[in-house]
Amino acid sequence: MGLYLRPETLPDALSALAAGRYTILSGATDHFPARVLATPAEDILDISGLAELAAIRIDADRIWIPARATWRAVIDAGLPASAAALVAAARGIGGQQVQNAATVIGNLCNASPAADGIPVLLALDAEVELARLGERRRLPVAEFVLGNRRTARAPDELVLGLHIPRPAGPARSVFEKLGARAYLVISIVMVALAAEFLPDGRIAALRAAVGACASRALRLSALEAALLGRFPDPALVAAEHLAPLSPIDDARASAAYRRAAALTLLRRAVARLGEPEGSPT
Amino acid sequence: MKDFPAARLRFTLNGHAVATLVDPMLRLADLLRDHLHLTGTKIGCNAGDCGACTVLLDGRQVCACLIPAGQIEGRAVVTVEGLAENGRISALQAAFLRHGAAQCGICTPGMLMAAADLLAHRPHPDEAAVKDALGGVLCRCTGYRKIVEAVLDAAAGDTVTASMSSDTVGARAEKIDGVAKITGSEAFGADRRPPAPFLSLRVIRSPHPHARFALGTTAALMAAHPGLARVLTAADIPRNLYGIYPTGKDQPVLAEGVARYRGEAVLALLGDAETLADIAERDIPIRWEPLPPVTFADAATPEAAQLHPHAPGNVLCRGRVVAGDVAQGFAGSAVRAEIAVTTSFVEHAYIEPEAGYARRVGDRIEIFACTQTPYMDRDELAGILGLRPDQVRVIPSAVGGGFGGKLDLSLQPLLSLAAWLTGQSVRQVYSRPESMAATTKRHPARIRAEAAADAQGRLTAFRFDGDFNTGAYASWGPTVAGRVPVHAMGPYRVPHVAAHSAAFYTNDPPAGAFRGFGVPQAALAGEALMDQLADALGADRLEFRLKNALRPGDRTACGQVLGAGAALVSCLAALRPAWQTLRATAARRNEAASGPLRFGVGIACMWYGIGNTGMSNPSEMVIGVTPAGRVVLFSGAVDIGQGANTILRQIAAEALGVPAAAIDLVTGDTDLTRDAGKTSASRQTFVSGNAARLAAEALRAAILRAANAAPEARLAFRDGAILVSHDGIETRLAPAAMVADADADGLVLRGEGRFDPPTTALDENGQGIPYASYAFAAQIAAVAVDTALGTTRVERIVAAHEVGRAINPTLVEGQIHGGIAQGLGLALMEDYVPGRTENLHDYLIPTIGDVPPIEVILIEEADPLGPFGAKGVGEPALIATAPAIFNAIADATGVRPTTAPCTPDRLLALLHASTSETAR
Ligand SMILES: Cc1cc2nc3c(=O)[nH]c(=O)nc-3n(C[C@@H](O)[C@@H](O)[C@H](O)COP(=O)(O)OP(=O)(O)OC[C@H]3O[C@@H](n4cnc5c(N)ncnc54)[C@H](O)[C@@H]3O)c2cc1C
Ligand code: FES
Ligand code: FES
Repeated sequence: MGLYLRPETLPDALSALAAGRYTILSGATDHFPARVLATPAEDILDISGLAELAAIRIDADRIWIPARATWRAVIDAGLPASAAALVAAARGIGGQQVQNAATVIGNLCNASPAADGIPVLLALDAEVELARLGERRRLPVAEFVLGNRRTARAPDELVLGLHIPRPAGPARSVFEKLGARAYLVISIVMVALAAEFLPDGRIAALRAAVGACASRALRLSALEAALLGRFPDPALVAAEHLAPLSPIDDARASAAYRRAAALTLLRRAVARLGEPEGSPT
Repeated sequence: MKDFPAARLRFTLNGHAVATLVDPMLRLADLLRDHLHLTGTKIGCNAGDCGACTVLLDGRQVCACLIPAGQIEGRAVVTVEGLAENGRISALQAAFLRHGAAQCGICTPGMLMAAADLLAHRPHPDEAAVKDALGGVLCRCTGYRKIVEAVLDAAAGDTVTASMSSDTVGARAEKIDGVAKITGSEAFGADRRPPAPFLSLRVIRSPHPHARFALGTTAALMAAHPGLARVLTAADIPRNLYGIYPTGKDQPVLAEGVARYRGEAVLALLGDAETLADIAERDIPIRWEPLPPVTFADAATPEAAQLHPHAPGNVLCRGRVVAGDVAQGFAGSAVRAEIAVTTSFVEHAYIEPEAGYARRVGDRIEIFACTQTPYMDRDELAGILGLRPDQVRVIPSAVGGGFGGKLDLSLQPLLSLAAWLTGQSVRQVYSRPESMAATTKRHPARIRAEAAADAQGRLTAFRFDGDFNTGAYASWGPTVAGRVPVHAMGPYRVPHVAAHSAAFYTNDPPAGAFRGFGVPQAALAGEALMDQLADALGADRLEFRLKNALRPGDRTACGQVLGAGAALVSCLAALRPAWQTLRATAARRNEAASGPLRFGVGIACMWYGIGNTGMSNPSEMVIGVTPAGRVVLFSGAVDIGQGANTILRQIAAEALGVPAAAIDLVTGDTDLTRDAGKTSASRQTFVSGNAARLAAEALRAAILRAANAAPEARLAFRDGAILVSHDGIETRLAPAAMVADADADGLVLRGEGRFDPPTTALDENGQGIPYASYAFAAQIAAVAVDTALGTTRVERIVAAHEVGRAINPTLVEGQIHGGIAQGLGLALMEDYVPGRTENLHDYLIPTIGDVPPIEVILIEEADPLGPFGAKGVGEPALIATAPAIFNAIADATGVRPTTAPCTPDRLLALLHASTSETAR
């Protein structure tokens, strides 16, 4: 029989990880669907009892998304406009049943190329905080997600949460998801942009990321450079900016389509950056 | 063992404290169903994809299939069983009942729980909020519209129990089984278990589309797994061949040496559920030798492997309807159009995966499982087991959606065989991937068609060649090949017709029966041609169809002269105002549009013959009075959610002259009811409805005779007596006093009815009377196409259906909504690819957010043969939708989709190709 642990404190959880190999279980929304036909023999560390990792915190300079924060919690947290893309991504995850159980960190750790959260976290310049017994470290999301279902997490490490910096000046982020139906849909392509603005509305800093177009979500540095110092203008987005992408053909869409759709979504996202929807904070 | 040591668990369930000892990694859905015996929570996928298992956890909706039991410690769970308030159904449940928001009912508990969460947190939601809240629950039956209405209605506090003046023909009567569906008490295939101990059954299936295989010895496997009771192979099966048609029995229950499709059953394991789950696929002693698969593209080529000795060229069968001289028709025409269309496999995607159990009772076998056709199952199982039909008893479970997919046997043969051989009860529940891999699909089609009209806009000629991929086995392939050429030219007068069809064997899953039997595929071609011809003539697309519409007295391509009730003209006339308004709106929006959105409106017509094609398909019903003075209708017609139980009772009540509530119903048990034929071909209202009417008329006559009363006398059943009154004189019959005369069914007075629609077999040119009645319909779709992404949003559907008589308008609308949702899926997203889309997140069906507002216009021009004028609507609902959407996309963009589904990548490729062509 397998072991099932549901610790209530972080030290207990980390001690368990130090002592043995566990499959970490959080909202279980990736865990169970991967075990419809067969369940491997495994020991489970269920982290849902870790109350200390539940509350989202919004500080003046950063936002803390802990491991147990669900997508629903993200929607309800009252996040600032700089993190609006994360809220938009949350609303587009599965249906509300999934949003109520699934966590942002689980989405990140599962590291699916089609995970909606990851391009957003890249655009928001989030940092992952990991812990093992007696040691903590931080990694940028780009260094944490290594590939299709591969992360930099060591087997004895637990992800504690994410730090999302809050820019000092006006900032805004947007998320665009394309799926083949209205709800419960895995993205064909999704893009996230996060921008900081100069007082006159020109772009002071920009991060752009695209998901489902490579084995992991990618930042588009050429696009970011092209928009720097400019007003948000969709015409500035060029096909060449998408060169790093390497989409594939699958049941959801062809590679050529993904590339074309990513370009369109990026242009729309840039246009939305420039729209006066509420004031950027 | 892969389970975990049981741990103590305390939580609150529907307001009551529960303390139990369970595996903490048990899914909450299994805890509820298997351990706590609350089967109202349904399982459709075990993967979060369908929402059927939705429950409230601390007041918020979650998928019970994704919650480990360990996580509910100290929390509050509410299931559908906890919705009732003070022993009465909640206002929300009542609204579902009133609106007919539950058809088969398998999604209903999930829908109700999602709605309960919404209303608790937001008592006055708008439609968008309802969709957001219910977006995680799939429904394959209703098209969601009545569900949205019901939730909004419950929120508005509308508790008006529409004081029903009548519950017979024409009334929006609540479904007879509606309360069971909204309380979760309805027993679907997985909801009832045989008494313990029983064996579970697991099927080992081919991972290859085409392969030779050899079985090794099972001794090692048996030794390694003491809980493994037996392994069944083809050698255990008395007659290892079955199939729908007497001449088409080509499918083995377990493959013998060669597997012909991915998902085909090759072995069955019997034992306890845990043991079976633990056995790894790689430990099964089978040696596979993959062979090149025969595909639809190459099945007809000389190089293709021949899959069945009886089918040279891999041709299962051909169909043909020829009238006039098609060459002459084309020669004399002013305009011509042609088109080639291809379609995909479409999965039924009923939310209930196949489930049931069998048990041996002496020298008889009893099977409780989901089915659309208990009598065919009985006879087929008897054949497979080598028994007499009367040794087999089929007890249909409630069916959680069928759409044709439960017309073929699925788990019944192996369950029956296993129970027969072991003497023990045997249970099986298909997983979602197993259901999708193993069972039948809609036939993919490859169609070339051509049509012509004269300068006056009259159709002159129609040529149609349709190839259908029937997959590895015949199943209902002959039905498709036979039905398609009859319908291929659409509901129009065409003097010169040559329509041919062929069904090809391939190494794909067997294509079987699916709502419309090939006609939806054919309509995609035919209705495109109608638009092309109208455009070539400069005619309005609706008016062109109207001019050519079949009318009473017209002769079809089969040579049949249509009678009254052929009312396509009325459908089109009813649509004209909406057509003109929607067209004008789309034109205005296109003019104003500066972005990538383009708007379009499409129209399509359809006709559909009710019942089997040129073949006898009788139904028999019995109705009688018990000694206790109750009227009982014995109906073998299976209600698969469409409402046959309700409709047949309404018809019987009307004919008997009593309220429907006075009639009890005994349904679909082959020991208790007569053969009503299968629930398919839109035939139960028309065929079984007539049988019910005739039976009730016969009972009425018997009662009047016994009371010596005049034909106009009024009947009432009260306090165990039959009251017969006429001209102020009341005669009282006491059924209790007649108990000595009770017959084998326990009836003291009875009526029997039998109806077989008058048809004739078709000759080699397809001439004859294939159907006694046809349904007609026309639908309009308004779409918005995002030309930069290739996405299509259907914004509105207007559907005019000629139904003869709407026995129950709510149920008729429900059929139309549900058919439209499936048509929308066929048009835009549904594409089953074996091995790639065997689940409900890669195989997409429309969600609540994809189905637009639907306006239904019911045209009631009584069919002279229909019961109270009624005809069927089940399949007609779906057929016009996809062509209307395709025509709307063409209208919006100027490019014509020819491949279904028209996914964003396909449409964008078409748009790009057309712009680069213009640029050249
Ligand atoms: C029906 C359905 C629809 C969905 N739709 C979408 C969608 O539209 N877009 C989308 O992006 N996703 C979608 N998902 C997936 C989404 O629900 C998950 O990615 C979810 O966010 C994962 O969180 P969880 O808490 O459920 O993780 P779990 O399933 O519990 O775990 C996921 C993985 O992360 C690991 N893990 C979790 N927490 C930690 C931690 N703190 N430290 C280390 N490792 C950890 C686990 O070991 C596991 O490998 C859908 C899922 C379902 C079932
Ligand atoms: S059974 Fe839980 S979502 Fe389908
Ligand atoms: S009523 Fe919704 S799936 Fe049947």
